Amino acid sequence: MVATHDPSELDPIVARYPDRRREHLIPLLQEVQDHCGYLSHDAMITVASALGLPVSKVYGVATFYNQFRFEPRGKVHCQVCRGTACHVKGSAHVLDTLERSLGVSAGHTGKDGVYSVEVVACMGACGLAPVVTINDTVHALVTPDGAKRLARVAAKQEAHRDDD
Amino acid sequence: MTTEPAAAGQRRPAAAPDHTLASFVTEVLADPSTHDRPALRRLRRENVTRPTFLIGAGTCGLGAGARDTRDAIYAFLYTHHLEADVVEVGCVGLCSAEPLVDIQLPGRTRLSFGPVRPGDVAELVDAVLWGTVPTDARLLGQHTQPGLIPWDGVPRLADHPFFAAQTRWVLESCGLSDPERLDEYLARGGYRALAKALREHTPEGVCDMVLRAGLRGRGGGGFPTGRKWELARAAEGTQKYLICNADEGDPGAFMDRAVIEGDPHRLVEGMIIAAYAIGATKAYVYIRAEYPLAITRLKKALAQAEAAGILGDDVLGSGVSLHIAIKQGAGAFVCGEETALIHSIMGRRGMPRPRPPFPVTSGLFDKPTVINNVETLANLPTLVGRGPEAFAAVGTEGSAGTKVFALSGDVVRTGLVEVAMGTSVRDIVFTVGGGVPHGKGFKAAQMGGPSGGCIPAQHLDIAVDYASLQEVGAMMGSGGLVVMDEDTCMVDVARFFMDFIQRESCGKCIPCREGTRRMLEILDRITQSRRDETGSDALKRFRRVMYLERLAEVIKETSLCGLGQSAPNPVLSALRWFRDEYEVHVFERRCPAHVCKELLTYTIDPERCRGCGLCAKECPTGAIIGERKKPYTIRVDMCIGCGNCLTACRLDAVQAA
Amino acid sequence: MVAHTAPAPHALAAHISVDGRPVTARAGEPLLDALRREGIHVPTLCHLAHLTPTGACRLCVVEVEGQRNLVPSCAFPVADGMVVLTHSQRAQRARKTIVELLLADHPDDCLYCVRAGNCDLATLAAELGVRERRYRGGGSERHVDASSPALLRDPAKCILCGRCVRVCEEVQGVGAIDFIGRGCHTEVGTAFQQGLNLSTCISCGQCINVCPTGALREVSHLKPVTDALGDPRRVAVVQHAPSISVTLAETLGLAPEVDAAGVLNAVLRRLGFTYVFDTSFAADLTIMEEASELVQRITSGGALPMMTSCSPGWVAWVEQEAPDFIPNLSSCKSPQQMLGAVIKRVWAERHGRLPDEVFSVAIMPCTAKKAEAARPEMAPDGVPDVDAVLTTRELLRLIKLRGLDVTRIAPEPADSPFGERSGAGKLFGVTGGVAEAALRTAYAFITGSELPAAEITELRGLDEVKELHVKIGELSLGVAVVNGLKNARPLLEAVRAGRRPDLTFIEVMTCPGGCIAGGGQPLGADLDAVRARMRALYAIDAGAELRRSHDNPQVRALYDEVLGAPLGAMSHRLLHTAYAPR
Ligand SMILES: Cc1cc2nc3c(=O)[nH]c(=O)nc-3n(C[C@H](O)[C@H](O)[C@H](O)COP(=O)(O)O)c2cc1C
Ligand code: SF4
Ligand code: SF4
Ligand code: SF4
Ligand code: FES
Repeated sequence: MVATHDPSELDPIVARYPDRRREHLIPLLQEVQDHCGYLSHDAMITVASALGLPVSKVYGVATFYNQFRFEPRGKVHCQVCRGTACHVKGSAHVLDTLERSLGVSAGHTGKDGVYSVEVVACMGACGLAPVVTINDTVHALVTPDGAKRLARVAAKQEAHRDDD
Repeated sequence: MTTEPAAAGQRRPAAAPDHTLASFVTEVLADPSTHDRPALRRLRRENVTRPTFLIGAGTCGLGAGARDTRDAIYAFLYTHHLEADVVEVGCVGLCSAEPLVDIQLPGRTRLSFGPVRPGDVAELVDAVLWGTVPTDARLLGQHTQPGLIPWDGVPRLADHPFFAAQTRWVLESCGLSDPERLDEYLARGGYRALAKALREHTPEGVCDMVLRAGLRGRGGGGFPTGRKWELARAAEGTQKYLICNADEGDPGAFMDRAVIEGDPHRLVEGMIIAAYAIGATKAYVYIRAEYPLAITRLKKALAQAEAAGILGDDVLGSGVSLHIAIKQGAGAFVCGEETALIHSIMGRRGMPRPRPPFPVTSGLFDKPTVINNVETLANLPTLVGRGPEAFAAVGTEGSAGTKVFALSGDVVRTGLVEVAMGTSVRDIVFTVGGGVPHGKGFKAAQMGGPSGGCIPAQHLDIAVDYASLQEVGAMMGSGGLVVMDEDTCMVDVARFFMDFIQRESCGKCIPCREGTRRMLEILDRITQSRRDETGSDALKRFRRVMYLERLAEVIKETSLCGLGQSAPNPVLSALRWFRDEYEVHVFERRCPAHVCKELLTYTIDPERCRGCGLCAKECPTGAIIGERKKPYTIRVDMCIGCGNCLTACRLDAVQAA
Repeated sequence: MVAHTAPAPHALAAHISVDGRPVTARAGEPLLDALRREGIHVPTLCHLAHLTPTGACRLCVVEVEGQRNLVPSCAFPVADGMVVLTHSQRAQRARKTIVELLLADHPDDCLYCVRAGNCDLATLAAELGVRERRYRGGGSERHVDASSPALLRDPAKCILCGRCVRVCEEVQGVGAIDFIGRGCHTEVGTAFQQGLNLSTCISCGQCINVCPTGALREVSHLKPVTDALGDPRRVAVVQHAPSISVTLAETLGLAPEVDAAGVLNAVLRRLGFTYVFDTSFAADLTIMEEASELVQRITSGGALPMMTSCSPGWVAWVEQEAPDFIPNLSSCKSPQQMLGAVIKRVWAERHGRLPDEVFSVAIMPCTAKKAEAARPEMAPDGVPDVDAVLTTRELLRLIKLRGLDVTRIAPEPADSPFGERSGAGKLFGVTGGVAEAALRTAYAFITGSELPAAEITELRGLDEVKELHVKIGELSLGVAVVNGLKNARPLLEAVRAGRRPDLTFIEVMTCPGGCIAGGGQPLGADLDAVRARMRALYAIDAGAELRRSHDNPQVRALYDEVLGAPLGAMSHRLLHTAYAPR
């Protein structure tokens, strides 16, 4: 995952959609985000011109859907499930604790780029509520404190990896 | 004006036809008697030639650590130089016992265990291989397999309370077969219903069968599926579309995910039958991007079906053409609504539009379009296979067949449950689910998610069918069933759903956009701090509860789409059954369930507090005072009830009441 | 786009009951249309005639028997036997609640709002009897966008009816704005919420015309104008565009065919302008240059088809969306800027004034004219040719401010030497008018004789694209008139693809109907009003003594005294300009 990119990097992705149909917009944005980690202004402009759409329409679509992010993810990306079962099992506390202890509010990335916290609607693992994922690994039956610890441990691992 | 996509689905290169697979398919489907051939029996694992391990590897299983368990099994086999098969299967439905492991030895019936953690593997496998079965809580039972030697003293899995009350049609093969293999699906009788439909019935005939069976949409609305198809059939236009709605946005539901993960070919077969009936040559599956595993498995299944000639320009040699493409949602609950879904597929903001025109006359790319839910479609192989009469024989008048529920919350056994329509909620919660854990009392069961309502204890005997549920203000919904125990605050639950809805409202129409936000604010105020309150505040709050009902009414009556029209349901239902709880919040400023944290009084138990000061550090107003190593105290006048201290304390010394 | 529920022409009659009375309607037509025909007023906020209903505002809800919920009449098709209650208590209460909900997140500064007195939202609140603030709560934080030289957006007042978004995309084909975000955080804005000046907005102002609240307005030039009118050191000069007199007549209830230009001249003098000129004069001047340019391009080779350049929204659009067509744009300035240049650079000198001692105001039906006047190349040496542009709406405000009863003011002629105009010049206000005027003059230039019939009916009317092929002398002319910017894109694509070698001249007016329906005109004009304005301009032309631009004696005088010949050196300095990709 890269935080910055030059526009030509998207060429191969864009080239997969040669017929400039609006129905490709969301798949294209999804691929671009997969590649870049988020949607930068430049990336959206590239997508717009690839499909022959006004940029405002691309931005309008991107901001409608929860999936799209406009800032890079943190090194440690925490998703807290806020489905019904998780709520009944106390996920509000988990989220609260994560936000407070990591100093990042949901939907954002910390200034230092270490943590980002995101709220997701049901992940479909309600049987194991409350559920948190940290860098896409699912953790079941977490406590607020547990989630905090998991995030900290992941950050240490990331820091180690950076040192290498 | 948009037109039909010339190159839709172009991203997936057309699968190369696989001739051996295709001829296998033709051969198997040609004659029902092939079912008993040894090759197919082997594929069904009616018996195995070497030890076989089947691991539940749905999203829930994986979340519970199924991969670690699998690796532990591999390691065990490796160190002991054992030859065995390890198969990842879909979810059998008993999430609370994940990771689930089935072990089948040659000549013996299959055993089910769960949860099996990596640390348990060596001991467990060792014992089973030596012919002894550890009879602890992890043993769930043995399968019923005539002709094989059963294990002594091991109960039948079918008698396990979780399974005994179920009627498994849609979930028939979930957890039993490898979802990534077409041949296993075929061996279990898959695609026979499709072959029969193509061979023996006209499209009208299929449509008629579905009508007679009384199948109703499982996606929430409960609209008779056959009726919907007839309307689309009658609509003008040569190009018609079928869309499978796999958006599953209800935050407490995961049936569709489990079906696709556990038995994707069943959905594909259902879709082909539906497309044949309505005359669609192009179909889409609109699936949540949050379900990566389901997407992968479905992609695989589609590729296999295409390679085998089950999908494509000539479905099973019948001359019928069908192509299925996958469209991933991008995270918007409202995109489960039909017109919003269509806009989303067309690359637009998922905002609904007024109906009529209904999608059956003007839908995707303005063409007649049928949208059906995953479970609806997955019912079709059973319906066509068994015949409409057999289908209608299960369930109740007006609600035929079965319904899958996602059982979660405060219940002993959580997971996926498929019961005949008409089963009581009590049976589901207490028999299948095993009741409320930790000796707590049952308070309510929430059904239908953000569009539904809750069922209080006094209505537990209500039957799950479309009409009965509506009577008590709940809804079949898509099948989320969340059990809540006595520690749940119903005002908080209502607030939770309102919060969800107001975040998920598309913002197009005024009553839903502005109204849900005001309703949420009113609920917020009810659950918020009682501090610095003047006498008139209670009155104002009371007035707001009255506004709450008026707002609810207008939002229901005037909103554009189903989201807004049903948005007030959770609040209305809570008001109906738990009004007293609202009143305690409003007038006494208490939360009887001790959930609404700003309404609680926080104290520190001097016996437990060791004076570490963690809580004081977290208190935003500095209301916690004390000296290190001595018990701290909370100044009630300064406390704003944020509850930070409660979570900060590691010793449970902070108490809230 | 979703299929429309509009009735087929042969639709069957449907007998329905409305509020207990029998009504005959067309099966399948929107219920709202039937109600309006019956004289029943059901409020609407998001409805836009001639576009597919979106059903967003829910104010038009009525009760229909057999329907569980209230239904939106704008989108609900009439069916035989339908029983409708339009103003039942249930419907009324729903409407009132909806308005109350809107007001709960609306700034309370109605008294200071540009729309005070003609705001749809305030009117509704009054009609529905909203008397208390029942719902209150958190408001949305939204910021004013004052970045555009022509438009001011105040999203705090926006009720998200979506009309501007739809007009910009579906009528104008620009798509500068869209909904952003979701739920109660939805906002209307540009890409990345940057200022309008950084967006693809062409300042046409059509969005203002449909906005039901004060969320969209023009950038007001009233303050600099009133300041200048009171400034003894500057001489205030004003020009008024061809369509202004017509809309003025309409708002004052005068007979439409009467050219109210005389009254307008008098009014402007009373407002304090020392000299009053007629932009239609400059339109004649434009035709002299443009017709010559066309003939020159055809005979000596130049980029063809030549495209008109008098509609600044269109020019801006070409610069940003189709820069490959810049060479095709006529290099002529628009009439406003031609006259501006002549006033500041020629007329001022004659009167012994420096350019910056003259304050030159243009009264325009258009917001894009504000942006045009602000272009740097329109201000040689930093002194703008046109100092301020007032829209028709601003003019009406100024008239009110000065307390003038226009019905009692006698007409006066405009000032010389830029006060006389031909009927052709007046036609600049309507779609097809520029092409018609140009043809009249080109014919004379090429053949030396006059076009037998002045009216060119092929180019008249409200069709989206009108075409005419004629042979004048040896020259074959293919003329296309694009009515509304949205229709330009497909035509340009055809030209680009080489499919339209037959075309030599293309007129484009940004706003459908032309300037008579411009983005600076009084609010609330429907298609009937636009048709009436169109007829008025045709009538004025038909009754004009002079009908051809080249017959205008004052234009001739200007050439004789100053400019020499069309396309001459002096013309080039004053009347022509250049474009660049944006
Ligand atoms: C806000 C909203 C969300 C919905 N979400 C879903 C969903 O997640 N899955 C689904 O199958 N149907 C959903 N529906 C219902 C569908 O719009 C539609 O009725 C259904 O897919 C039709 O299929 P069926 O007839 O097979 O049930 C939703 C409806 C609304 C109004
Ligand atoms: S009811 Fe809500 S979700 Fe549906 S259209 Fe209206 S605002 Fe959007
Ligand atoms: S002024 Fe014209 S181009 Fe600009 S936003 Fe409004 S409608 Fe669109
Ligand atoms: S700016 Fe005006 S026209 Fe546009 S959505 Fe808002 S209220 Fe409607
Ligand atoms: S006018 Fe009908 S919904 Fe707005």
